[in-house]
Formats: sequence, structure tokens, C-alpha cells
Amino acid sequence: MDLVIARPEGLYCPPGDFYIDPWRPVERAVITHGHGDHARTGNQHYLTAAPGAGILRSRLGQGIDLQTLPYGERIQHHGVTLSLHPAGHVLGSAQVRLEYQGEVWVASGDYKVEPDGTCAAFEPVRCHTFITESTFGLPIYRWPSQADIFAGINAWWRSNCEQGKASVLFCYAFGKAQRILHGLDPDIGPILVHGAVEPLNRVYREAGVHLPTTRYAGDVPRNDPLLRQALILAPPSAAGSSWMRRFGEYSDAFASGWMLLRGTRRRRGVDRGFVLSDHADWPGLLWAIEQTGAERVMVTHGSVNVLVRYLNEQGLDARAFVTEYGEEDDVTATEPEE
Amino acid sequence: MKAFAELYLRLDATTSSNAKLEALRDYFAAAPAEDAAWAVYFLAGGRPRQLVPTRVLRELATALAGLPDWLFEESYQAVGDLAETISLLLPQAFHASEDGLAHWVEAHLLPLRGLPPEEIQRRLPPLWAQLDRPSLMLCLKLITGSFRVGVSKLLVTRALAQLAGLDAKRVAQRLVGYTDIGHRPTAASYHRLIAEESSDEHSQRGGQPYPFFLAHALQAPPEQFEALLGPPADWLIEWKWDGIRAQVVKRDGQLWIWSRGEELVTERFPELHSLAESLPDGTVLDGEILVWKPGVDAGVPAVQPFAVLQQRIGRKTLGKKLLADAPVVLQAYDLLEWQGEDWRSRPQHERRQQLQRLLAEHPLAPLLLSPLLEGNDWGELARQREQSRNLGVEGLMLKQRDALYGVGRTKDMGLWWKWKIDPFSVDAVLIYAQRGHGRRASLYSDYTFAVWNAPAGTPDRALVPFAKAYSGLSDEEMRKVDAIIRKTTVETFGPVRSVTPTLVFELGFEGIALSKRHKSGIAVRFPRMLRWRLDKPVDEADDLASLQALLV
Repeated sequence: MDLVIARPEGLYCPPGDFYIDPWRPVERAVITHGHGDHARTGNQHYLTAAPGAGILRSRLGQGIDLQTLPYGERIQHHGVTLSLHPAGHVLGSAQVRLEYQGEVWVASGDYKVEPDGTCAAFEPVRCHTFITESTFGLPIYRWPSQADIFAGINAWWRSNCEQGKASVLFCYAFGKAQRILHGLDPDIGPILVHGAVEPLNRVYREAGVHLPTTRYAGDVPRNDPLLRQALILAPPSAAGSSWMRRFGEYSDAFASGWMLLRGTRRRRGVDRGFVLSDHADWPGLLWAIEQTGAERVMVTHGSVNVLVRYLNEQGLDARAFVTEYGEEDDVTATEPEE
Repeated sequence: MKAFAELYLRLDATTSSNAKLEALRDYFAAAPAEDAAWAVYFLAGGRPRQLVPTRVLRELATALAGLPDWLFEESYQAVGDLAETISLLLPQAFHASEDGLAHWVEAHLLPLRGLPPEEIQRRLPPLWAQLDRPSLMLCLKLITGSFRVGVSKLLVTRALAQLAGLDAKRVAQRLVGYTDIGHRPTAASYHRLIAEESSDEHSQRGGQPYPFFLAHALQAPPEQFEALLGPPADWLIEWKWDGIRAQVVKRDGQLWIWSRGEELVTERFPELHSLAESLPDGTVLDGEILVWKPGVDAGVPAVQPFAVLQQRIGRKTLGKKLLADAPVVLQAYDLLEWQGEDWRSRPQHERRQQLQRLLAEHPLAPLLLSPLLEGNDWGELARQREQSRNLGVEGLMLKQRDALYGVGRTKDMGLWWKWKIDPFSVDAVLIYAQRGHGRRASLYSDYTFAVWNAPAGTPDRALVPFAKAYSGLSDEEMRKVDAIIRKTTVETFGPVRSVTPTLVFELGFEGIALSKRHKSGIAVRFPRMLRWRLDKPVDEADDLASLQALLV
């Protein structure tokens, strides 16, 4: 029996009568993590991993009907045993393990296999059927080591400081920004953040994740010399806006897995691209799939066709699941939120 | 190799000319002359002939990466550049090679040309295994000939000039022909680029042409010309010829003809060889090579369409019939050297006057003087410009009376404007799309356009493809079009998708001719998208008849 099927509202568990990350309002929604394409408003009851509660409330409203579950703890619902396991993607991200009549399915949501210190590390869960994402499902995607990337960001910041230029680093406000803050060398200079980033920093700090001191960029006067030493974290939407004018001369960069490709970086029009992703790279996807021991793999958002074909050639029973997460079909064109 | 790869990364990491200039200076200051020689060659646009057949490279990379062919192809389609794709797929290595760029090119890469595939496949893996990813990508770009990094030849010239304390014009002149396919850069040729000025510099230059001075496009409406340009009397005004820009160099009893790409094309144009006798030594002319058939028919211009010239360029041998069917002349419009003296620092009108005198005094058969146009005001000239299409020219050239002859697209020594006629345009329907390269990698950005084969209302009429275009859209428009293509895909053949026709674009092009090679029977020149006709339903796009009407 299929424990998860694709329905117009989202991924649905028939015996349990609930949805996982539905994109249309439903009665019961299990949320793998707080990114906008997975956690939507309008559902009647929410269930998410305990460390993700703060995020979900800050994004969907304090008033949502939210039940939380510590990682690894099992609950029963209509005979389905459900537990949540770290996905290593962002704070509170979880894989959903479902067990019913001896059959085990795991829906991974989005995941990253390399630990980063800002959220619980990915934990492989044995199952019969694994639902995997495929955002970076091409063998060209192999991430450089995090240490190298942070060394690169620090060197870029330091060199801009020496030239008296602000360093504006664009990144998604939830997850990526906190991961960068966690990995930076805070002794280089002051760290300023855009208004979209600070509320999420607060949630991370409350959850016990160490982040260096940050200041709201709007509080710094326009011509303050401090700006020329500063690193500024801002969401991509701030690029080209009048908000940027306050920094005078600056160098800009973008932190994303998509920056691995020269063409994508040049299309962004930024000086530097730092290859930092919240998702598994190609070897990471294959490793995670192998670790589950699953014989059946359902592939969602990203390079669906590529991964399905590759896994089938490796002898697995792989199929596509049509979802509204990220962007279907080919990757990179629209660079979905990571 | 590593130092050059670091330069590449620095150049690639900025859009500021000053930062690029600094990176170039730092590199050249530290690089051994033999490496610098090759760096100049590649940065200035030099490309050796293809070193390794693409197929061999792909097979080898696919095998080394341990991937099925289709997955390599998917990867390539996402990256849009073969060298970059391979560098992302090969096993990663620590950088182990201490050898410089010259050693890599001369000892490792150039000898690959012409080797049997098995030998190439034996030699490349141990070479690649010595390079870290940036160096590997660069090495592959040198192999595939796709090295490009957003540095103009002018910028290289400026960096070398600053480093050597020379005038940039001098360096530019020495650089002419440096990237010619027959030239092999050496430490000595690099030293010559940056050597101190010498007194015999002039006599040593052989058949070297001068760097071409290029015009800027004039896009303002004619009503603004008076304010922008002053009165027409400040300008020398000519037709804009549609041929091959060329310099004819006559020195020491010998003749050289150079194209704008700084390619030596003397052998291609035997009609002009008589100039070796008729032009005095120490003469350099700038002009346009055109196929010229006067008096064939009254009212038909003597200048033949560029397509005729193009067919001739494509031929390996120039037979009698071809020479009779498509004879060329040089429409001369500038004099760069006279009696062995560099005239580029004299004003335009003075050069023109001497050119006129030269042509009046010498009976020079294949040489014509590009005539000057007169007009009391810009309105009058605008009316003459309307005649361009009938006369077989592309519009007008405006040359500042006092302009010196600059280097490339400079503006500091005087100005040339090209005031081109508006392109032809039709409203066409997007029917196929393919992913692009470089900045457009993995976006559906290269399109095939079609028009209807019958007027509106005809039952069962169909769309016939007639042009491909990929330029003219803003990044944002391209993203939107890309999304629509993905949503409206009907079929995928390899990298190409056919789509349900929903998108109409106004397509501009410079020329139109009958063609047997195209399904539509028509070929257009320089097609590009002028704008996205969001207001136009597919049914209202143009038909073949509207294209045929432009042929007359």
C-alpha cells in the first residue's frame, strides 16, 4: 500500500488522512520545514519538529494550531506511526517517517547531508520507500568544503575592508543567512543585516544557536565610516533597490549552490558567487538514498527526470512525484529558494 | 598555468575596468616573458586551431567521470559550456603542476593537434590530474577555444602600455597581427610589444596595418542632432557601405590587405593586386571592399548585396567565372599613411583632402573614392538617408571634420558615428527554443521564429520557420519567456523544445535575400528581437507575403 500519494492539495498519507507540506489548505498538515514553498498558511492543524516551532510561528502567525514533536519521538495517528528525523536543511527541518502495517516510508522534504552547526545534522532513516528532493540532481553539483567557502567569504570581506568598501552578501534570509553568520570570522568587522534577516536571527538565538552580534543596517547613518568595514547580509530582493544606496561603494556577492555555475553567477550580476547550499549535492543525494536502504524512490522537485532515470539505471524502482515545491523540471532557470 | 588561472578568476570576479586593469598589470609584472606572451595572445582574442575534436574530448570526459552519455549531455545542457562542464565532472585533484602557461601550451596542448584519438585519450588524463579546478577549467577552455573573460583588447593594450611606460596607441599598433593564426607568441614577441620606443620602429613594421578606428552607433532622433552634433558642416558625411572593412598597405614595393579582424586577406582579392604598382610606397588606405557591378541596369545600384561578397569569401579557389560575376573594388575613405608618414594624428578633413588628391593624380582602377554627401541641415541629410536601401547602403557615416584617427572604439581623439537605417521588421512567432550559453546557460534563450505561410483566414495555414535569434531581450524578459517555454513545451528533441505557439516578437534584421537552404525560401541577416509583442495574438503575426514584399 502506498503510504504517500500525490494529490492536488499536496502529498497525502491515505491511511493517516493527513498531508505533508500541502500547497493548498487542508485539515492536517505535517510540515517538514519553514521555507515558504513547504510551509503555507491556511491549514487547520500543523505538526512540525520541536526545534522548528519558533520559525513556523514567526512565519505563519503566532495563532496557528501547532503541535510539535521532538526528533525521534513516535506518535500514532489512525494506525500510522509517525516520527520526525533531522534533515540538516535549516533549523527545525525534518524528514517524516511513516510506518503502517510493516511498511516504512520516509518523506525527506529538503535535506543536506553535511552538518553545519546551525541545525541538527541529517540522519539517515531506513525505509522501504524514500521520497527525495532533487534540487541539485546533476553530477556537476559537488560542493566545495564549507571551510574553503567560509575562508573565501572572509578573504573577500577582509580585502573589501582594506579597500574601504562595504561587502554586501546576498542570501536567503532564513537558513542561509544564519549559516553564514555562524561560519564567519566576526573579528574582521561589524556585521549588519537587512530587516528581513534579523527576526530569523532572533529565533535561531532563542533556539540556542550561536550567532555573532548583528546590527540592523537601517540603524547605521548613511555616511558612517563603519559601513566601509562592514559585511551586510541582505535577501536577494534587496539587490538593485534604493535600500542599497546607503552603502556607497560596495562589492557584492551571492551565496547559493547555483553559484557553482559561471553563467548563473554572471546572470546575477554580482562580483562574487559563493557556493553554499542548504541542499544535498549529487554525491549527497546518492549517499542519502543509499543509506535509507530503500528499493523504491519517489523523486520530487528539481532535476526529477534525471534522477529518476539514473536511479532506475542503478536498479532501483524510481518514480517522479509532481509537487509544487521549488520548480519542476530543469534546475537553475529560476533558482528556487534554497 | 596556476598564475594565469588566478588572473582569470580575478578578471571574472569584477565588472570594473580599473580592477581588471590592476589585475592585468599585476599578472604581467610578475609573469615570465614566455608566459606573458601567451597570456596576451589569449586575452587579446587569439585562438589556436582546434586542438582536440570535441567528440574525443566528450568521450574521454564521460568515461573519466564514470557517467552514462545521456547524463553528460544533461549536464552540458545545464552548464552551457563544454570546458566548464568537463571541469565540473572530472575527479577533483590537488594542484600539482608548477609549469607556466607557455610550457602548458607549447609542450602539452599544441602537440595534441592531429594526434589519433587513442593517443589524445592517453595523454590528457595525466595532464588534467595535475590541475586544480580553476586551472583545469582554464586548460579546457584553451583546448576547446572557448576562452573569453570580458577583457577587451584595448584593456590589454592599456595594461601593457602602463607597465612599459609607453603610449597605448604604440602598443596597439605593435599588437596588430599578434593574434593572427600564423603567429606563435614567444618571449621575444612579448618583449617587442613592451620595448622602448626606437628610432627605426617605423621602418621595421613591414606590412603591419594600423589598428582600425571604429564608429559608434547614433541612436538619437534627427531632431536632436543639431543639439548633439552641431551643424552638418562640422562633419564629413558618407554612405555607410556594407562590405568588408579593410586596410590596404603599400610599402617597399609590396601590397598587403588586412581585414578588420586583423586577418591578412591579400590573396582573397586579386582585383586589388594592381595597386602594388599604382600606389606609391608608404601609403595606407582605409576603406570598404565591395562587390561592384556598375551599369548592369539603369536604376540598380552598382554595389552588390553583402550576401554576394560572402559567397565569394566562402570559396576556397577563386575561379574565372566567380571573379567575373563578383568583381570587387575598394571604396576608399581614409588615408592613414602617406609618403611613409603616419597621418593618423592629422584631422579628418586634411586626410580626406590628401586622399582626394591621391586618387585624382593616380589612375587607380579598382579604387573608388567614397563620395561626400552635402546637406544644409540634418533634415536634408535624413531625407537622403531614406534612399539608403535603394542604393544598397546601410545608412550614413558622420565623421567629425577635426577627428584624429583613433584606436578601436575610442572617443577621445575624435568621433565617427554610424547612422544606420532602421532595420526591416516583421512580427514573428516563437516555435522552437534551445538553451543558451554563457550568461544564458540553462535558460531557454535561443529561439526559432516563424511566419504564417498564408494570410489570416486561410484554412489549415501553418507556421514556417525563417530565422533564429537570441539577442534583444532584457534579462527579466528572458526569464519570463523561459518560464513560458517550459510550460508550453510540446516536444523535446535533444536540446531543442517545440512549443505551443503563443509568443509573438517584433523581429528586426538588416538584409533579406532568397535562399534555397531555408524552408521559407528566405534568409535574413542579423535577426534579433526588437520587442515582445504582448499585445499581439499569434493569429495576427505576419505571413510569408509580408517577408516577400521586403525582397523588392
